[in-house]
Amino acid sequence: MQYLCLIYSVEGTGPQPGTEAFGQYMQAYQTFTQECVEGGVMSGGNALQTTATATTVTRENGKVEVTDGPFAETKEQLGGYYLFDCKDLDEALEYAAKIPTAAHGRVEVRPVMVFN
Amino acid sequence: MLPPFRLDQSINRLVREEWGRILASLVSVVGSLQLAEDVLQDAVEVALVHWNENGIPEEPAAWLLKTAKRRAIDQLRRKSNFDKLQPALSYLLDMEGSNNSAIDDEEDTVIPDKRLELVFTCCHPALDQKTRVALTLRSLGGLTTEEIANAFLDKKSTMAQRLARAKHKIVSAGIAYEVPPPEKLLERVNGVLSVVYFIFNEGYSASYGEHLTRTHLSDEAIRLGRVLQSLLPEHCEVAGLLSLMLLHESRRVSRKDNTGEVVMLEHQNRLRWDKVKICEGTVLLKNTLPKGQVGPYQLQAAISAIHAESAQWEDTDWAQIVALYELLYSMQPSPVIRVNQAVAISYARSPGEALELLDSLADQAIILEYQPYLVARADVLLRAGFKEEAAAQLCKAIESSDNASEKRFLECRLITDYKATLH
Repeated sequence: MQYLCLIYSVEGTGPQPGTEAFGQYMQAYQTFTQECVEGGVMSGGNALQTTATATTVTRENGKVEVTDGPFAETKEQLGGYYLFDCKDLDEALEYAAKIPTAAHGRVEVRPVMVFN
Repeated sequence: MLPPFRLDQSINRLVREEWGRILASLVSVVGSLQLAEDVLQDAVEVALVHWNENGIPEEPAAWLLKTAKRRAIDQLRRKSNFDKLQPALSYLLDMEGSNNSAIDDEEDTVIPDKRLELVFTCCHPALDQKTRVALTLRSLGGLTTEEIANAFLDKKSTMAQRLARAKHKIVSAGIAYEVPPPEKLLERVNGVLSVVYFIFNEGYSASYGEHLTRTHLSDEAIRLGRVLQSLLPEHCEVAGLLSLMLLHESRRVSRKDNTGEVVMLEHQNRLRWDKVKICEGTVLLKNTLPKGQVGPYQLQAAISAIHAESAQWEDTDWAQIVALYELLYSMQPSPVIRVNQAVAISYARSPGEALELLDSLADQAIILEYQPYLVARADVLLRAGFKEEAAAQLCKAIESSDNASEKRFLECRLITDYKATLH
Protein backbone atom coordinates (compact mmCIF):
# COMPACT_ATOMS: atom_id res chain seq x y z
CA MET A 1 0.00 0.00 0.00
CA GLN A 2 1.12 3.55 -0.64
CA TYR A 3 1.24 6.06 2.16
CA LEU A 4 1.85 9.77 1.81
CA CYS A 5 3.68 11.23 4.81
CA LEU A 6 2.99 14.93 5.10
CA ILE A 7 5.61 16.74 7.14
CA TYR A 8 4.34 19.69 9.15
CA SER A 9 6.22 22.10 11.40
CA VAL A 10 6.12 25.69 12.55
CA GLU A 11 8.21 27.57 10.02
CA GLY A 12 11.35 28.99 11.54
CA THR A 13 11.57 26.34 14.26
CA GLY A 14 14.00 23.44 14.17
CA PRO A 15 17.60 23.68 12.92
CA GLN A 16 18.14 26.84 10.82
CA PRO A 17 20.34 27.18 7.71
CA GLY A 18 23.80 28.45 8.50
CA THR A 19 24.06 26.70 11.85
CA GLU A 20 26.02 23.56 12.65
CA ALA A 21 22.80 21.85 13.71
CA PHE A 22 21.40 22.40 10.22
CA GLY A 23 24.23 20.42 8.65
CA GLN A 24 23.48 17.51 10.94
CA TYR A 25 19.77 17.85 10.17
CA MET A 26 20.38 17.61 6.42
CA GLN A 27 22.71 14.67 7.00
CA ALA A 28 19.95 12.98 9.02
CA TYR A 29 17.58 13.39 6.05
CA GLN A 30 20.13 11.86 3.69
CA THR A 31 20.70 8.90 5.99
CA PHE A 32 16.98 8.42 6.48
CA THR A 33 16.22 8.58 2.75
CA GLN A 34 18.97 6.04 2.13
CA GLU A 35 17.37 3.77 4.74
CA CYS A 36 14.01 4.06 2.94
CA VAL A 37 15.61 3.14 -0.38
CA GLU A 38 17.41 0.16 1.14
CA GLY A 39 14.24 -0.92 2.91
CA GLY A 40 12.46 -0.93 -0.45
CA VAL A 41 9.71 1.47 0.64
CA MET A 42 10.84 4.68 -1.07
CA SER A 43 8.40 5.87 -3.76
CA GLY A 44 9.24 9.55 -3.67
CA GLY A 45 9.69 12.60 -1.52
CA ASN A 46 10.57 16.28 -1.60
CA ALA A 47 11.08 19.29 0.58
CA LEU A 48 9.02 22.39 -0.21
CA GLN A 49 9.93 26.08 -0.24
CA THR A 50 8.37 28.04 2.64
CA THR A 51 4.73 29.19 2.56
CA ALA A 52 6.01 32.70 1.73
CA THR A 53 6.40 31.35 -1.81
CA ALA A 54 2.94 29.74 -1.96
CA THR A 55 0.20 30.79 -4.35
CA THR A 56 -3.35 29.47 -4.07
CA VAL A 57 -5.78 29.22 -6.99
CA THR A 58 -9.48 28.49 -7.11
CA ARG A 59 -12.04 28.62 -9.90
CA GLU A 60 -15.48 30.05 -9.39
CA ASN A 61 -17.98 30.15 -12.29
CA GLY A 62 -15.14 29.68 -14.72
CA LYS A 63 -13.19 32.59 -13.28
CA VAL A 64 -9.76 31.85 -11.85
CA GLU A 65 -8.96 33.49 -8.52
CA VAL A 66 -5.32 33.71 -7.59
CA THR A 67 -4.28 34.50 -4.01
CA ASP A 68 -0.87 35.11 -2.56
CA GLY A 69 -0.10 32.67 0.27
CA PRO A 70 -1.02 29.18 1.44
CA PHE A 71 -4.62 27.93 1.39
CA ALA A 72 -4.91 28.20 5.15
CA GLU A 73 -3.05 30.25 7.72
CA THR A 74 -2.27 27.51 10.22
CA LYS A 75 0.38 27.42 12.91
CA GLU A 76 2.09 24.40 11.42
CA GLN A 77 2.75 24.35 7.71
CA LEU A 78 3.37 21.63 5.18
CA GLY A 79 7.11 21.59 4.53
CA GLY A 80 7.66 18.39 2.59
CA TYR A 81 6.53 14.84 2.00
CA TYR A 82 7.57 11.26 1.49
CA LEU A 83 5.66 8.68 -0.49
CA PHE A 84 6.20 5.19 0.91
CA ASP A 85 5.19 1.78 -0.33
CA CYS A 86 4.67 -0.33 2.79
CA LYS A 87 3.09 -3.64 3.68
CA ASP A 88 0.78 -2.13 6.28
CA LEU A 89 0.13 0.93 8.42
CA ASP A 90 2.51 -0.22 11.15
CA GLU A 91 5.43 -0.24 8.74
CA ALA A 92 4.47 3.19 7.39
CA LEU A 93 4.21 4.58 10.92
CA GLU A 94 7.60 3.16 11.78
CA TYR A 95 9.24 4.97 8.88
CA ALA A 96 7.22 8.15 9.43
CA ALA A 97 8.38 8.35 13.04
CA LYS A 98 11.99 8.37 11.85
CA ILE A 99 11.57 11.43 9.59
CA PRO A 100 13.99 13.96 11.15
CA THR A 101 11.38 16.76 11.33
CA ALA A 102 9.19 14.52 13.55
CA ALA A 103 11.52 15.61 16.37
CA HIS A 104 10.13 19.19 16.30
CA GLY A 105 7.12 18.94 14.01
CA ARG A 106 4.44 16.39 13.14
CA VAL A 107 3.94 13.91 10.35
CA GLU A 108 0.49 13.00 9.05
CA VAL A 109 0.31 9.57 7.45
CA ARG A 110 -2.38 9.12 4.79
CA PRO A 111 -3.05 6.02 2.75
CA VAL A 112 -3.25 6.73 -0.98
CA MET A 113 -6.63 5.91 -2.48
CA VAL A 114 -6.73 3.14 -5.03
CA PHE A 115 -9.42 3.19 -7.75
CA ASN A 116 -10.44 -0.03 -9.40
CA MET B 1 -37.94 -21.48 41.65
CA LEU B 2 -35.82 -21.27 38.52
CA PRO B 3 -37.13 -19.12 35.69
CA PRO B 4 -38.60 -21.11 32.79
CA PHE B 5 -36.05 -22.28 30.23
CA ARG B 6 -35.97 -20.03 27.22
CA LEU B 7 -34.17 -21.32 24.17
CA ASP B 8 -33.55 -17.90 22.62
CA GLN B 9 -31.96 -16.73 25.86
CA SER B 10 -29.54 -19.60 25.93
CA ILE B 11 -28.82 -19.06 22.24
CA ASN B 12 -28.09 -15.41 22.94
CA ARG B 13 -25.79 -16.33 25.79
CA LEU B 14 -24.02 -18.87 23.65
CA VAL B 15 -23.62 -16.42 20.79
CA ARG B 16 -22.14 -13.82 23.13
CA GLU B 17 -19.69 -16.34 24.57
CA GLU B 18 -18.55 -17.51 21.16
CA TRP B 19 -18.90 -14.29 19.17
CA GLY B 20 -15.29 -13.11 19.51
CA ARG B 21 -13.78 -16.46 18.63
CA ILE B 22 -15.99 -17.03 15.58
CA LEU B 23 -15.67 -13.44 14.38
CA ALA B 24 -11.87 -13.47 14.69
CA SER B 25 -11.68 -16.69 12.75
CA LEU B 26 -13.94 -15.28 10.02
CA VAL B 27 -11.88 -12.08 9.76
CA SER B 28 -8.74 -14.10 9.26
CA VAL B 29 -10.36 -15.74 6.23
CA VAL B 30 -12.40 -12.95 4.62
CA GLY B 31 -10.01 -10.14 5.59
CA SER B 32 -12.75 -7.64 6.37
CA LEU B 33 -14.19 -6.98 9.80
CA GLN B 34 -17.36 -5.49 8.33
CA LEU B 35 -18.06 -8.47 6.09
CA ALA B 36 -17.23 -10.93 8.87
CA GLU B 37 -19.62 -9.15 11.23
CA ASP B 38 -22.42 -9.01 8.67
CA VAL B 39 -22.26 -12.70 7.80
CA LEU B 40 -21.96 -13.76 11.42
CA GLN B 41 -25.02 -11.67 12.28
CA ASP B 42 -26.87 -13.39 9.44
CA ALA B 43 -25.76 -16.80 10.69
CA VAL B 44 -27.07 -15.99 14.16
CA GLU B 45 -30.46 -15.12 12.73
CA VAL B 46 -30.53 -18.36 10.75
CA ALA B 47 -29.52 -20.23 13.90
CA LEU B 48 -32.34 -18.72 15.93
CA VAL B 49 -34.87 -20.17 13.50
CA HIS B 50 -33.08 -23.44 12.81
CA TRP B 51 -32.20 -24.26 16.41
CA ASN B 52 -35.66 -23.41 17.68
CA GLU B 53 -36.98 -26.11 15.36
CA ASN B 54 -34.22 -28.68 15.63
CA GLY B 55 -32.52 -27.96 18.92
CA ILE B 56 -29.01 -26.63 19.50
CA PRO B 57 -26.41 -28.66 17.57
CA GLU B 58 -23.57 -30.39 19.36
CA GLU B 59 -20.99 -27.89 18.15
CA PRO B 60 -22.96 -24.65 17.90
CA ALA B 61 -19.90 -22.46 17.34
CA ALA B 62 -18.71 -24.59 14.44
CA TRP B 63 -22.24 -24.54 13.03
CA LEU B 64 -22.31 -20.74 13.17
CA LEU B 65 -18.86 -20.44 11.61
CA LYS B 66 -19.77 -22.77 8.78
CA THR B 67 -23.05 -21.00 8.08
CA ALA B 68 -21.32 -17.61 8.21
CA LYS B 69 -18.63 -18.78 5.78
CA ARG B 70 -21.30 -19.90 3.29
CA ARG B 71 -22.90 -16.48 3.57
CA ALA B 72 -19.52 -14.89 2.96
CA ILE B 73 -19.07 -16.92 -0.21
CA ASP B 74 -22.50 -15.79 -1.45
CA GLN B 75 -21.71 -12.18 -0.66
CA LEU B 76 -18.25 -12.25 -2.22
CA ARG B 77 -19.69 -13.80 -5.38
CA ARG B 78 -22.23 -11.01 -5.65
CA LYS B 79 -19.72 -8.20 -5.14
CA SER B 80 -18.94 -6.17 -8.21
CA ASN B 81 -15.25 -5.68 -7.42
CA PHE B 82 -14.79 -9.39 -7.75
CA ASP B 83 -11.09 -9.26 -8.59
CA LYS B 84 -10.03 -7.62 -5.38
CA LEU B 85 -11.86 -10.11 -3.23
CA GLN B 86 -10.89 -13.13 -5.29
CA PRO B 87 -8.15 -14.41 -2.96
CA ALA B 88 -10.58 -14.60 -0.03
CA LEU B 89 -13.22 -16.22 -2.20
CA SER B 90 -10.99 -18.87 -3.71
CA TYR B 91 -9.69 -19.67 -0.25
CA LEU B 92 -13.22 -20.09 1.04
CA LEU B 93 -14.21 -22.21 -1.93
CA ASP B 94 -11.18 -24.45 -1.42
CA MET B 95 -12.22 -24.98 2.14
CA GLU B 96 -15.75 -25.77 1.09
CA GLY B 97 -14.53 -28.19 -1.55
CA SER B 98 -12.24 -30.08 0.72
CA ASN B 99 -14.87 -30.33 3.37
CA ASN B 100 -18.16 -30.68 1.66
CA SER B 101 -19.74 -33.48 3.60
CA ALA B 102 -21.57 -32.11 6.61
CA ILE B 103 -21.83 -29.14 8.85
CA ASP B 104 -20.88 -31.11 11.92
CA ASP B 105 -17.86 -32.67 10.24
CA GLU B 106 -15.35 -33.45 12.96
CA GLU B 107 -12.38 -31.61 11.44
CA ASP B 108 -14.44 -28.50 11.21
CA THR B 109 -15.34 -28.29 14.86
CA VAL B 110 -11.95 -26.92 15.86
CA ILE B 111 -12.07 -23.17 15.37
CA PRO B 112 -8.58 -21.68 14.98
CA ASP B 113 -8.17 -19.04 17.65
CA LYS B 114 -7.47 -15.72 15.95
CA ARG B 115 -8.76 -13.56 18.77
CA LEU B 116 -5.33 -12.23 19.65
CA GLU B 117 -4.86 -10.84 16.13
CA LEU B 118 -8.28 -9.21 16.37
CA VAL B 119 -7.56 -7.73 19.82
CA PHE B 120 -4.45 -6.00 18.52
CA THR B 121 -6.39 -4.62 15.56
CA CYS B 122 -9.23 -3.32 17.72
CA CYS B 123 -6.78 -1.71 20.16
CA HIS B 124 -4.45 -0.31 17.50
CA PRO B 125 -2.92 3.04 18.51
CA ALA B 126 -4.04 4.56 15.18
CA LEU B 127 -7.62 4.44 16.52
CA ASP B 128 -8.70 6.77 19.31
CA GLN B 129 -9.24 5.41 22.79
CA LYS B 130 -13.02 5.49 22.79
CA THR B 131 -13.11 3.79 19.39
CA ARG B 132 -10.74 1.09 20.64
CA VAL B 133 -13.01 0.46 23.60
CA ALA B 134 -16.17 0.33 21.50
CA LEU B 135 -14.61 -1.86 18.83
CA THR B 136 -13.23 -4.28 21.42
CA LEU B 137 -16.62 -4.57 23.11
CA ARG B 138 -18.34 -5.13 19.78
CA SER B 139 -15.86 -7.49 18.15
CA LEU B 140 -14.52 -9.50 21.07
CA GLY B 141 -17.20 -8.98 23.67
CA GLY B 142 -20.06 -9.56 21.27
CA LEU B 143 -22.01 -6.62 22.70
CA THR B 144 -24.52 -5.04 20.36
CA THR B 145 -24.00 -1.50 19.11
CA GLU B 146 -27.02 -0.48 21.17
CA GLU B 147 -25.58 -1.95 24.37
CA ILE B 148 -22.29 -0.14 23.82
CA ALA B 149 -24.12 3.11 23.07
CA ASN B 150 -26.11 2.73 26.30
CA ALA B 151 -22.98 2.10 28.31
CA PHE B 152 -21.48 5.37 27.10
CA LEU B 153 -24.74 7.30 27.13
CA ASP B 154 -24.36 7.81 23.39
CA LYS B 155 -27.05 7.61 20.76
CA LYS B 156 -27.15 4.31 18.94
CA SER B 157 -26.64 6.07 15.60
CA THR B 158 -23.58 7.94 16.91
CA MET B 159 -22.01 4.73 18.15
CA ALA B 160 -22.87 2.93 14.90
CA GLN B 161 -21.11 5.70 12.96
CA ARG B 162 -18.07 5.49 15.20
CA LEU B 163 -17.82 1.74 14.65
CA ALA B 164 -18.38 2.03 10.90
CA ARG B 165 -15.67 4.71 10.60
CA ALA B 166 -13.25 2.53 12.54
CA LYS B 167 -13.88 -0.50 10.36
CA HIS B 168 -13.44 1.65 7.28
CA LYS B 169 -10.14 3.01 8.59
CA ILE B 170 -8.84 -0.47 9.38
CA VAL B 171 -9.35 -1.48 5.76
CA SER B 172 -8.35 1.76 4.02
CA ALA B 173 -5.35 2.61 6.15
CA GLY B 174 -4.05 -0.95 6.05
CA ILE B 175 -4.14 -1.78 9.76
CA ALA B 176 -3.02 -5.40 9.77
CA TYR B 177 -4.75 -8.27 11.55
CA GLU B 178 -1.69 -9.65 13.21
CA VAL B 179 0.12 -10.11 16.46
CA PRO B 180 2.85 -7.43 16.60
CA PRO B 181 6.49 -8.55 16.25
CA PRO B 182 8.34 -9.33 19.51
CA GLU B 183 10.07 -5.94 19.71
CA LYS B 184 6.73 -4.15 19.72
CA LEU B 185 4.65 -6.71 21.55
CA LEU B 186 5.13 -5.39 25.07
CA GLU B 187 4.11 -1.85 24.20
CA ARG B 188 1.09 -3.05 22.25
CA VAL B 189 0.01 -5.45 25.00
CA ASN B 190 0.06 -2.49 27.39
CA GLY B 191 -2.21 -0.65 24.99
CA VAL B 192 -4.65 -3.56 25.00
CA LEU B 193 -4.57 -3.78 28.79
CA SER B 194 -5.38 -0.11 29.13
CA VAL B 195 -8.47 -0.63 26.95
CA VAL B 196 -9.63 -3.56 29.09
CA TYR B 197 -8.96 -1.65 32.32
CA PHE B 198 -10.83 1.35 30.96
CA ILE B 199 -13.85 -0.88 30.26
CA PHE B 200 -13.61 -2.29 33.78
CA ASN B 201 -13.45 1.13 35.38
CA GLU B 202 -16.35 2.44 33.35
CA GLY B 203 -18.34 -0.41 34.82
CA TYR B 204 -16.91 -0.20 38.30
CA SER B 205 -17.37 3.48 38.99
CA ALA B 206 -19.31 5.59 36.59
CA SER B 207 -17.78 9.03 36.41
CA TYR B 208 -21.03 10.80 35.74
CA GLY B 209 -24.74 10.48 36.34
CA GLU B 210 -26.61 8.54 38.97
CA HIS B 211 -25.33 5.05 38.25
CA LEU B 212 -22.41 4.23 40.44
CA THR B 213 -21.84 0.87 38.80
CA ARG B 214 -22.53 -0.54 35.42
CA THR B 215 -21.93 -4.14 36.34
CA HIS B 216 -22.20 -5.37 32.83
CA LEU B 217 -19.05 -3.60 31.64
CA SER B 218 -16.99 -4.84 34.57
CA ASP B 219 -18.08 -8.41 33.92
CA GLU B 220 -17.23 -7.93 30.29
CA ALA B 221 -13.77 -6.57 31.14
CA ILE B 222 -13.09 -9.55 33.40
CA ARG B 223 -14.19 -11.90 30.65
CA LEU B 224 -11.85 -10.15 28.19
CA GLY B 225 -9.14 -10.32 30.84
CA ARG B 226 -9.59 -14.07 31.07
CA VAL B 227 -9.44 -14.43 27.30
CA LEU B 228 -6.21 -12.38 27.17
CA GLN B 229 -4.77 -14.36 30.05
CA SER B 230 -5.40 -17.59 28.15
CA LEU B 231 -3.87 -16.14 24.97
CA LEU B 232 -0.85 -14.47 26.60
CA PRO B 233 -0.11 -16.69 29.61
CA GLU B 234 3.51 -15.53 29.83
CA HIS B 235 2.71 -11.83 30.13
CA CYS B 236 2.77 -11.03 33.82
CA GLU B 237 0.91 -7.76 33.50
CA VAL B 238 -1.99 -9.54 31.77
CA ALA B 239 -2.33 -11.77 34.83
CA GLY B 240 -1.78 -8.70 37.04
CA LEU B 241 -4.67 -6.84 35.46
CA LEU B 242 -7.01 -9.84 35.68
CA SER B 243 -6.08 -10.26 39.34
CA LEU B 244 -6.63 -6.55 40.00
CA MET B 245 -10.07 -6.61 38.38
CA LEU B 246 -11.14 -9.74 40.27
CA LEU B 247 -10.05 -8.27 43.59
CA HIS B 248 -11.84 -4.97 42.97
CA GLU B 249 -14.90 -6.79 41.75
CA SER B 250 -14.99 -8.96 44.88
CA ARG B 251 -16.08 -5.87 46.83
CA ARG B 252 -18.79 -4.74 44.46
CA VAL B 253 -21.86 -5.62 46.53
CA SER B 254 -20.47 -4.11 49.71
CA ARG B 255 -19.55 -0.81 48.06
CA LYS B 256 -23.15 0.32 48.27
CA ASP B 257 -25.71 0.10 51.04
CA ASN B 258 -29.38 -0.90 50.67
CA THR B 259 -30.32 2.59 49.53
CA GLY B 260 -27.59 2.59 46.90
CA GLU B 261 -25.26 4.97 48.74
CA VAL B 262 -21.46 4.61 48.76
CA VAL B 263 -19.83 2.66 51.59
CA MET B 264 -16.13 3.37 52.18
CA LEU B 265 -13.69 0.48 52.45
CA GLU B 266 -13.36 1.15 56.17
CA HIS B 267 -17.07 0.55 56.78
CA GLN B 268 -17.74 -2.26 54.34
CA ASN B 269 -19.09 -5.56 55.59
CA ARG B 270 -16.19 -7.82 54.72
CA LEU B 271 -18.30 -10.94 55.10
CA ARG B 272 -20.07 -9.89 51.93
CA TRP B 273 -16.88 -9.81 49.88
CA ASP B 274 -16.84 -12.43 47.17
CA LYS B 275 -14.46 -15.12 48.49
CA VAL B 276 -14.31 -16.97 45.17
CA LYS B 277 -13.09 -13.87 43.31
CA ILE B 278 -10.65 -13.01 46.10
CA CYS B 279 -9.26 -16.52 45.99
CA GLU B 280 -8.93 -16.53 42.22
CA GLY B 281 -7.33 -13.07 42.21
CA THR B 282 -4.80 -13.78 44.96
CA VAL B 283 -3.81 -17.20 43.65
CA LEU B 284 -3.25 -15.72 40.21
CA LEU B 285 -1.13 -12.95 41.72
CA LYS B 286 0.89 -15.30 43.88
CA ASN B 287 1.69 -17.40 40.83
CA THR B 288 2.67 -14.33 38.84
CA LEU B 289 4.78 -12.17 41.18
CA PRO B 290 7.62 -14.71 41.55
CA LYS B 291 8.21 -14.58 37.78
CA GLY B 292 10.02 -11.33 38.47
CA GLN B 293 8.42 -9.11 35.81
CA VAL B 294 6.60 -6.85 38.20
CA GLY B 295 4.55 -4.04 36.68
CA PRO B 296 1.97 -1.46 37.74
CA TYR B 297 -1.05 -3.78 37.43
CA GLN B 298 0.57 -6.45 39.59
CA LEU B 299 1.46 -3.86 42.22
CA GLN B 300 -2.06 -2.44 42.30
CA ALA B 301 -3.39 -5.99 42.56
CA ALA B 302 -1.00 -6.65 45.44
CA ILE B 303 -2.33 -3.57 47.27
CA SER B 304 -5.88 -4.70 46.64
CA ALA B 305 -4.99 -8.21 47.86
CA ILE B 306 -3.75 -6.84 51.19
CA HIS B 307 -7.17 -5.30 51.77
CA ALA B 308 -8.91 -8.45 50.57
CA GLU B 309 -6.99 -10.63 52.98
CA SER B 310 -7.47 -8.42 56.04
CA ALA B 311 -10.34 -9.78 58.11
CA GLN B 312 -11.07 -6.29 59.38
CA TRP B 313 -10.01 -2.71 58.66
CA GLU B 314 -7.83 -2.63 61.80
CA ASP B 315 -5.80 -5.62 60.57
CA THR B 316 -4.67 -3.88 57.37
CA ASP B 317 -0.91 -4.04 56.83
CA TRP B 318 -0.51 -0.34 56.03
CA ALA B 319 3.28 -0.38 56.14
CA GLN B 320 3.33 -2.86 53.28
CA ILE B 321 0.80 -0.83 51.33
CA VAL B 322 3.01 2.26 51.74
CA ALA B 323 5.98 0.28 50.41
CA LEU B 324 3.99 -1.02 47.42
CA TYR B 325 2.89 2.52 46.53
CA GLU B 326 6.53 3.60 46.68
CA LEU B 327 7.41 0.89 44.16
CA LEU B 328 4.42 1.83 42.02
CA TYR B 329 5.49 5.49 42.11
CA SER B 330 8.98 4.54 40.93
CA MET B 331 7.34 2.99 37.83
CA GLN B 332 4.62 5.57 37.30
CA PRO B 333 5.61 8.86 38.90
CA SER B 334 2.11 10.31 39.12
CA PRO B 335 0.80 12.58 41.89
CA VAL B 336 -2.33 10.40 41.98
CA ILE B 337 -0.24 7.54 43.38
CA ARG B 338 1.21 9.90 45.99
CA VAL B 339 -2.31 10.82 47.12
CA ASN B 340 -3.14 7.15 47.70
CA GLN B 341 0.19 6.62 49.39
CA ALA B 342 -0.48 9.55 51.71
CA VAL B 343 -3.71 7.92 52.88
CA ALA B 344 -1.78 4.72 53.65
CA ILE B 345 0.90 6.75 55.47
CA SER B 346 -1.78 8.39 57.61
CA TYR B 347 -2.60 4.93 59.01
CA ALA B 348 0.88 3.38 58.93
CA ARG B 349 2.55 6.37 60.60
CA SER B 350 0.51 9.48 61.39
CA PRO B 351 -1.99 11.89 59.81
CA GLY B 352 0.61 14.63 60.26
CA GLU B 353 3.14 12.88 58.02
CA ALA B 354 0.43 12.23 55.45
CA LEU B 355 -0.50 15.90 55.47
CA GLU B 356 3.13 16.85 54.77
CA LEU B 357 3.19 14.58 51.72
CA LEU B 358 -0.16 15.90 50.45
CA ASP B 359 0.92 19.52 50.90
CA SER B 360 4.14 18.83 49.04
CA LEU B 361 2.00 17.97 45.99
CA ALA B 362 0.12 21.26 46.06
CA ASP B 363 2.55 22.99 43.69
CA GLN B 364 1.14 20.87 40.87
CA ALA B 365 -1.94 22.79 39.79
CA ILE B 366 -3.63 19.71 38.35
CA ILE B 367 -3.73 17.93 41.70
CA LEU B 368 -5.77 20.72 43.29
CA GLU B 369 -8.59 19.85 40.93
CA TYR B 370 -8.25 16.12 41.55
CA GLN B 371 -11.26 15.35 43.68
CA PRO B 372 -9.81 12.38 45.63
CA TYR B 373 -6.94 14.68 46.69
CA LEU B 374 -9.42 17.09 48.27
CA VAL B 375 -11.23 14.24 50.05
CA ALA B 376 -7.98 12.70 51.29
CA ARG B 377 -6.67 16.05 52.54
CA ALA B 378 -9.95 16.76 54.36
CA ASP B 379 -9.80 13.37 56.05
CA VAL B 380 -6.16 13.71 57.08
CA LEU B 381 -6.76 17.27 58.37
CA LEU B 382 -9.67 16.04 60.48
CA ARG B 383 -7.66 13.20 61.98
CA ALA B 384 -4.73 15.55 62.65
CA GLY B 385 -7.12 17.72 64.68
CA PHE B 386 -7.61 20.69 62.30
CA LYS B 387 -11.41 20.59 62.33
CA GLU B 388 -12.29 23.87 60.68
CA GLU B 389 -9.79 23.54 57.86
CA ALA B 390 -10.95 19.96 57.37
CA ALA B 391 -14.59 20.99 56.99
CA ALA B 392 -13.68 23.76 54.54
CA GLN B 393 -11.61 21.30 52.51
CA LEU B 394 -14.45 18.78 52.40
CA CYS B 395 -16.87 21.46 51.18
CA LYS B 396 -14.53 22.07 48.24
CA ALA B 397 -14.41 18.33 47.57
CA ILE B 398 -18.22 18.16 47.53
CA GLU B 399 -18.39 21.05 45.08
CA SER B 400 -16.02 19.36 42.67
CA SER B 401 -17.69 15.92 42.71
CA ASP B 402 -19.79 15.06 39.67
CA ASN B 403 -21.09 11.76 40.99
CA ALA B 404 -24.43 12.35 42.72
CA SER B 405 -24.16 9.34 45.00
CA GLU B 406 -20.69 10.31 46.16
CA LYS B 407 -21.81 13.88 46.71
CA ARG B 408 -24.58 12.74 49.04
CA PHE B 409 -22.15 10.50 50.88
CA LEU B 410 -19.68 13.34 51.47
CA GLU B 411 -22.45 15.74 52.53
CA CYS B 412 -23.56 13.17 55.05
CA ARG B 413 -20.02 12.83 56.38
CA LEU B 414 -19.64 16.58 56.64
CA ILE B 415 -22.58 16.74 59.01
CA THR B 416 -21.91 13.60 61.08
CA ASP B 417 -18.10 13.48 61.28
CA TYR B 418 -17.01 17.04 60.62
CA LYS B 419 -19.86 18.52 62.72
CA ALA B 420 -20.38 21.23 60.18
CA THR B 421 -23.48 22.18 58.22
CA LEU B 422 -23.74 22.98 54.56
CA HIS B 423 -24.40 26.52 53.62
